[in-house]
Amino acid sequence: MTLLDRSIVELGRGLRTGEFSSVELTESALADTRTVDGELGAFLRTTAEAAMAQAAKADRQLAEDTGNRSPLLGIPVAYKDVLCTKGVETTAGSRILTGFIPPYSATAIERMEAAGAVGLGKLNCDEFAMGSSNENSAFQTTRNPWATDRVPGGSSGGSAVAVAARMVSAALGTDTGGSIRLPASFCGVVGVKPSYGRVSRYGLIAFASSLDQVGPLTKTVEDAALVLEVIAGLDARDSTSSSAPLGDLRGALKAGVSGLRVGIPKEYLSMEIEPGVRDVFDISVSRLEAAGARLSEVSLPSTEYALAAYYVIAPAEVSSNLARMDGVRFGPGFGSAPNLMAAYESARHLGFGPEVRRRIALGTYVLSSGYYDAYYLRAQKVRTLVSQDFEQVFKEVDCLISPTAPTTAFRIGERLADPLAMYATDLLTLPANLAGVSGMSVPAGFAGGLPVGLQVLAPYMGEATCFQVAATIEEMAQIWQIRPAGHANLESPV
Amino acid sequence: MAIEHTNLSDPAGIDPKQVARLSRLSRLGLSDDELQRLGSQLGAIVAAVDKLAEADTDRVDPTAQVGGLTNVCRPDVVLEGLSQGDALANAASQEAGLLRVPAIQ
Repeated sequence: MTLLDRSIVELGRGLRTGEFSSVELTESALADTRTVDGELGAFLRTTAEAAMAQAAKADRQLAEDTGNRSPLLGIPVAYKDVLCTKGVETTAGSRILTGFIPPYSATAIERMEAAGAVGLGKLNCDEFAMGSSNENSAFQTTRNPWATDRVPGGSSGGSAVAVAARMVSAALGTDTGGSIRLPASFCGVVGVKPSYGRVSRYGLIAFASSLDQVGPLTKTVEDAALVLEVIAGLDARDSTSSSAPLGDLRGALKAGVSGLRVGIPKEYLSMEIEPGVRDVFDISVSRLEAAGARLSEVSLPSTEYALAAYYVIAPAEVSSNLARMDGVRFGPGFGSAPNLMAAYESARHLGFGPEVRRRIALGTYVLSSGYYDAYYLRAQKVRTLVSQDFEQVFKEVDCLISPTAPTTAFRIGERLADPLAMYATDLLTLPANLAGVSGMSVPAGFAGGLPVGLQVLAPYMGEATCFQVAATIEEMAQIWQIRPAGHANLESPV
Repeated sequence: MAIEHTNLSDPAGIDPKQVARLSRLSRLGLSDDELQRLGSQLGAIVAAVDKLAEADTDRVDPTAQVGGLTNVCRPDVVLEGLSQGDALANAASQEAGLLRVPAIQ
């Protein structure tokens, strides 16, 4: 047991009653980043000095009762390395940003800091968040704490591992096609993909701007609510951010599901789903029914086109967004190139890994003259169909439930050679990004000793319903206290 | 949903000249070997996204913004931006307060 086995609410109680200080909590967490993380590789860099200063400040605020009542005051957290941190190197997992020291912080991080959270450092991810396994990081392999020969999922793999292995209480990640929900599922933690526009993207190094969204990964559903309350909201620096009220998340946690209409998308369940994952899903569905939810099968007919639309729209935005990575304003530069064209090519050839190159080339292809209508324009029309599916189905039901991923965590290296197999990892998560609706993954059980997450989807700006259902699943599963180190002795606890 | 797992060694569809053009347009500076490998992978991915052609998109408008926002503007007042020093701080090469790059030719 470590202090960080406790939820944020429990830690807050300990801090406020003087059972331990934020400095003690932070020291213990930093010690874990030096020991536990040696094998797991979640952190790209830690900011120990700044963390200790922030912890000391939190302790003073707690002692003087300065009016900062944020539940995150003094709590250790960390950030995916696609989020800019002022004065702290930010690489997005890419060589082309090696040495980049942002002159400003992302809004989400500013808000975490203003709430008094103690940032321990930056977390590994797939290069520019493009990937489903964390294997596309240019710097290191991050391992799944439940089975270290397996991937943590991606692209927010470092974020999921840091939380699962109890190195931090919460991490921020980003989700463009499932990059928060998938690693949350693979690592047995809670992950929220807020509605598009719920959280400011200012200071987020863009992957696909119309799909990207920042969100929390935590041990418990309540912890996720506490973090989302801090980071959500309108930001003048992101014109796509929304002023829609977040709703009563804490109330939703206690609301139960009696009478709630929960839809099961038949297209999702007709995919090839690993039997152990299916078992966890079926058990959870019967538990929800027993708790009074009204389950029904529903249809999202355009699902079969969603993957194709995603792999046109996302790369198209990549080819445009990553044009700025030219070695001129940031990054290691372009050596002794004889002319400007050679300088660009040198910086980008040395700077980008295979998956990023693939997506840039694919995006350039679908946007090029003669292909634009057949691919990009058509994909944006299919995107409308996918959104209409959700609008239609949310007239019949309050939310949807499915497995988060078709499988549990796969082995390191297993899908690297086949980009399409890797892309298919996100089949169940990416439609929500296309439509902008709210989504969440919550741990629901185990299959073969590996965590299984269930996905709850709710309407655009309907996060409260996600939390309502996820809290019920969490309460019925009773597994959040199980830490990865204990898994070897577990016979499928569901 | 059936995902076609095309054999990636099969150069399905994208011809080498086209791949070289993509590499040039996107300043990727790829070698011949890399172009060939990328070409066959792109062929497989493009074959998979060709699935889009089956969707009935007649009378469907393309998505512009999922939240339905249009023309979000801020007040037309001057705000402080990055200082010149901050903007240049990460540049690999600079001179006299300007970014320095090799000549175009």
